Amino acid sequence: MNIVKAFLVPGIPHPLLCPEKNAGWQALRDGFEALSQDLQDSGAELILLYSTMWPSVIGHQIQARPEPEWIHVDELFHDLGSIPYRFKIDADYAKTYKETATQRGLHARCVDYHGFPIDTGSVTALKLLTPNNEIPACIVSSNVYADRAETMVLGKAAIDAAVKSGKKIAVGAVMTLSNRLFTDFIDPKDDRIHSAKDEEWNQKLLQFIEEGRIEDLSQLSREIQRQIRVKKVVNFKPFWWLAAATGQSNAFTGKVHAYAPLYGTGGAVCSFTPTPDGVGTKEFDEDDVEVFRGDRNVLSQGQSQNDTTEEEPVAALKATADEAVRDPNVVKTSKAAAPVGAYPHARRVGDLLYLSGVGPRQAGTNAIPGGPIRDENGQALDYDVTAQTHAVVENIKQILEAAGSSLEKVVDVTAFLVDMDRDFEAYNKAYAELLGHIGPTRTTVEIRALPTPIAVEFKVVALP
Amino acid sequence: MSQKGAIVAGALAPHPPHLVYAENPPQNEPTAECGWEMLRWGYERMRKDLDQLDYDAIVVLSPHWQTYIGNHILGVPQFKSLSVDPIFPNLFRFHYEMDVDVELAEAIHSHAQADQLTTQMMRNPDFRVDYGTIVSCHLTNPQWDKPIVGISSCRATSYYSVEVMQNQARKLGEATRRAIEESGKRVVLLASNSLSHRHFVTEAEIPEDMSKEHIEHHGQYLWDMRIIEMMKKGKSTEILDIMPEFITQAISECDAGALTWMLSAMGLPDYPAEVYAYGTVIGTGNVVASWIPEAQP
Repeated sequence: MNIVKAFLVPGIPHPLLCPEKNAGWQALRDGFEALSQDLQDSGAELILLYSTMWPSVIGHQIQARPEPEWIHVDELFHDLGSIPYRFKIDADYAKTYKETATQRGLHARCVDYHGFPIDTGSVTALKLLTPNNEIPACIVSSNVYADRAETMVLGKAAIDAAVKSGKKIAVGAVMTLSNRLFTDFIDPKDDRIHSAKDEEWNQKLLQFIEEGRIEDLSQLSREIQRQIRVKKVVNFKPFWWLAAATGQSNAFTGKVHAYAPLYGTGGAVCSFTPTPDGVGTKEFDEDDVEVFRGDRNVLSQGQSQNDTTEEEPVAALKATADEAVRDPNVVKTSKAAAPVGAYPHARRVGDLLYLSGVGPRQAGTNAIPGGPIRDENGQALDYDVTAQTHAVVENIKQILEAAGSSLEKVVDVTAFLVDMDRDFEAYNKAYAELLGHIGPTRTTVEIRALPTPIAVEFKVVALP
Repeated sequence: MSQKGAIVAGALAPHPPHLVYAENPPQNEPTAECGWEMLRWGYERMRKDLDQLDYDAIVVLSPHWQTYIGNHILGVPQFKSLSVDPIFPNLFRFHYEMDVDVELAEAIHSHAQADQLTTQMMRNPDFRVDYGTIVSCHLTNPQWDKPIVGISSCRATSYYSVEVMQNQARKLGEATRRAIEESGKRVVLLASNSLSHRHFVTEAEIPEDMSKEHIEHHGQYLWDMRIIEMMKKGKSTEILDIMPEFITQAISECDAGALTWMLSAMGLPDYPAEVYAYGTVIGTGNVVASWIPEAQP
C-alpha cells in the first residue's frame, strides 16, 4: 500500500500565527506538532494536500514548482502578520498526478510559476507539518464545480500516481469540520463553535474519525454539508477525495490529535493509519466511479482532451488499479473478457454478489460470437443475437464460478438490448433456454449503445 | 479641502485577466496574439470619456479580495509586487505598482463604522493586492497615475441571504459617498464585476482562440441583456430591486456587491448609462459601462 497515512488539518492561520492568544488555538498547534511527528514516523516520503482553500475553476491545478517562495498574507486575517515560506515540492509526483488525472478523464494542469499564490490553508499546513521541509509536498486544488464523481476520480488518480511513483505517501485534506466563521471580529478568548448544532455534528464526525471510518464519512458527505457547512463554499468534498485516495474503506485506526473552535469553525487535527481491521466494509449508496465523463469537453466537442487514444488510459488505469486494490471482496477472472474500464468483474457486498455489466466478448480474444453489430467505420453489420446471448450467459457463469458462486444462484437480471424490435424475440427465447429454469427476476430495456459493438449485455445480482 | 467632493463617474469595469493578457502591457509576463476585442475596445472608449474628467482618485470594490468578516480597505500608501491569477496563472502574471489614497480609505472606513457596518483597514505592507482590483484599475487607467482605494468584497454572502448582503452593499455605498463628499476630492468609482458568471470549465488550447468564445448559456445572455437594457434606460432602482433574482438566476458576480455599492454611492442614477461594450470571457457575460453625472443635460 502506497498510502501510509491520511489526515485532516484546519487551514485557518491562528494556530500558526497566534496560538498564544487562545488555549484552543494552542491545542491545535500542539496537535499539528504531534501529527508532524506522526508523519515522520510513518515513513511518508511525500505529503499530498487537497486544500479546500485553493479553489479552481478550470479543472484541477497541481502545484509543481520545486521551491515556491513568498511572503504570504491572509486576505482576511492580514492583521495577524506575514508568513514567509519556502517549500519543497515534489514536482515529479505533481507531473505524474497530472498525467493520471488526465487519464481518468479529468482536466488537470500543473502550476509552476514564481509568485503563484499558494493558499493560506496549504501554507499553514505545510509550515506546521513539515517546518523544515523534512518531507516534500504536493498540493492539489479544490474545483468549485466538481461534485462527487469528479472529486472521487481525482482522489483515485492520486493513488495511481502514488503507485507509479513508488513512494510512500501521506494524503491530507485542509479543511475544518463545521465551517461557519463568525461574521464579526471577536476577542480571542471568546472563540467558540458557532452553534450548538455545529458542535453536536462535530462530535459525531469526531467519533467516526476516531473509529477510522473514512469511507463512511465520504458516504455521509452530502448530509454533513447540509447540516453544518456554509453553502456555496466548496461542499463537504474533502472526504470524497480522501476516501477515494485511500482505497474507499474504513480499515483505519483514527486519532484526534486536537479539536477546538477556530473563529467559530470546528478545527480538528486528525490522522488515520491503515489497519487490517476496521469497522466493516463499505456500502455504496451511490455509484462508484472510475473515470470522469462529465462536461469537461464543451469547448472541443468530438475531440479528446487527451493526447492518448481511448484504449491507452484505460489500460493504464487497469494496471494501477490492479496494483492498488487488494480487496478480497473484489472478483476478477481471466476466464471472462477483460473489463473495458477500471472496474472489477464482480464485487461482494454483504450477502450479495454484484456483477458488472457482462457482454458476449470472449476472454483473451475479444471476439464476439454472432459477430459485431457494426464495423470499424460505424457501418451496421448483420449479427446473431442468439449467439451473443449464449456467450453472455457463459461469461456470467465463468465470473460467478470464479467468485465461488454459480449460475443457479442468480437472483436478478437487467438485460440491455440496443435494438428491441429486432432482437427481443430471439434474445427472449435464448434467455428462456439458459436461465428460465433458474427463475431470477428480470428487466429488459433498450438503450442507444454499448461501449463495444455488441447487441446485448446483462447486469446480474447473485447469491455468493 | 473646503470644496465638497464628488463622484465624477461610476463605471462597471469587469476584471477578466484575459483582457490584460490580450493587451500585452509590459507589466504582464505572458503574451497573446489578440483576443476579446469588443470588450477591450469598449474599455478604450470608456477611457476617452474618463480622460475628459478631472479626478483625484479611483475607488474600486473587487470580488476577488474576499473577506468573510465585513469589508476591508487597503490602508498602505504604496504597493509593489507580482500578481499571479490563481485561476489563470498562464494568462496573468502582472508586476504592479500602485499608490493608495489612505486618507480617503480611512474616511470611508470611518463613515462605514459610524453606520454600524463591519469594516477593517488593511495595514500589512506584505499584502498582495488581488487581481480583480489590478485588472479593473489597469484597464481603466493604464498609466496608473491615480491613487487607488481598494475595498474587499464581504463574502458573508455564504451566511446571509442575497437581500441582506445587497442591503449592506447599499449602506456601504452611502458611507462611501459621504466620505468622498467630505474629502473634497473628485473620485471615479469602479464596480469590478461581470454580469452573468457561469464559467466554462475547460480552456481552449489557445486561450485567445475566439472561435471558442461564447456565452455559457442562452439564459445567462437573456439576463445580461435585461440588465443592460435597464442600465440604458437609467433604471438603477429597478436594477437593485431585481438584483437578488438576477444573482440567483444568472449566477451573477454582482453577488459581490460591487455594482450595488456603486449605484448606491451615486444616488441610484436615473439617467442612462453609457454602455461601451458587451462581451463574453470564458462564458461569462461582461459589460463595460459608465455613469457620468457631469455629462447629463
